[in-house]
Amino acid sequence: MEGYLDPLWCVVWFIVMAPFFIFGVIKLRQILRDHPDQKMMVALSGAFIFLISSLKLPSVTGSCSHPTGTGVAVVFYGVGVCAVLSTIVLIFQALLIAHGGFTTLGANCVSMGIIGPLVGLVFWKFLRKLNAGAFISMFVAAFFADLITYVVTALQMALNVMTSVNADFMAAFSNFFSVYAVTQIPLAVVEGLIFAMFAQYLVTARPDMFEIADRNSINPFARSE
Amino acid sequence: MALSKNQIIYIAGFGAIAVLVIGTLAFVPGEFGGSDGSGGDAAENDYGYTPWTGDLFSIITGDPDYELPGEIESMLFAVQAAIGAIIIGFFIGMTYAKKKDE
Repeated sequence: MEGYLDPLWCVVWFIVMAPFFIFGVIKLRQILRDHPDQKMMVALSGAFIFLISSLKLPSVTGSCSHPTGTGVAVVFYGVGVCAVLSTIVLIFQALLIAHGGFTTLGANCVSMGIIGPLVGLVFWKFLRKLNAGAFISMFVAAFFADLITYVVTALQMALNVMTSVNADFMAAFSNFFSVYAVTQIPLAVVEGLIFAMFAQYLVTARPDMFEIADRNSINPFARSE
Repeated sequence: MALSKNQIIYIAGFGAIAVLVIGTLAFVPGEFGGSDGSGGDAAENDYGYTPWTGDLFSIITGDPDYELPGEIESMLFAVQAAIGAIIIGFFIGMTYAKKKDE
């Protein structure tokens, strides 16, 4: 939310976001130039973030939250491209719905577009190495990409109140964790199921698509082949 | 007519999502306000944190308490969802047409 992070933290999170975003733009340009046949898949990755992150779902804590929708983007194109696509959606929301915000854009991109999806991608690669199916691998990847996004948000908020009003970090983190991350658990399950069903659809309709995911690297700064 | 493996997965998947969402609404007490708002409230009420700026609309209108009407916000979220859904629908339709041609 706009104004809820001190200017210092706004700058810090923008600095953290910058290299991922810049390499993401470079990688995206390279993909669109060298593999024009993948334009549709890139658009689809962004479309899932647009669609899923717009949903407001109820949770067992008695409040509502948004899933993130970054599972397909990170599994197929990696963290950099996921950061770029997430930023487009975050700007759309900040500009038209006043949701999220411009001052907190860096922090939101780091949680939703970088760290959450990175953890999801690590799980995807690990499970695929163990020869797990696309359904279960995508479920776990999307689940953790969603959940860790909100764990990072709780961390960002806790760091902010620690430095601005001298709050105890662990107490603040536990407080924000219960507000954000615990609420997110059932939503992450729903998001995992949606992406797992889509992965199952791709297994039968477009199995060739998984070659893109297999070539994708966990390293956000690796060039695409 | 026997269901295919994929059809069973889709029915079970959407069924599980429906049970989770409807079950939560039916059995969990609460107002189901936004957790993003609750996080902001926690920062203000529990730690005395004061936001140093308002959102874009409060700056434009000059009213620090201005909030986008709920109906308009819902409409804009629906527009966002529609943009995504159109592209996903186009991909699925294109894949179906390609398979039919083969």
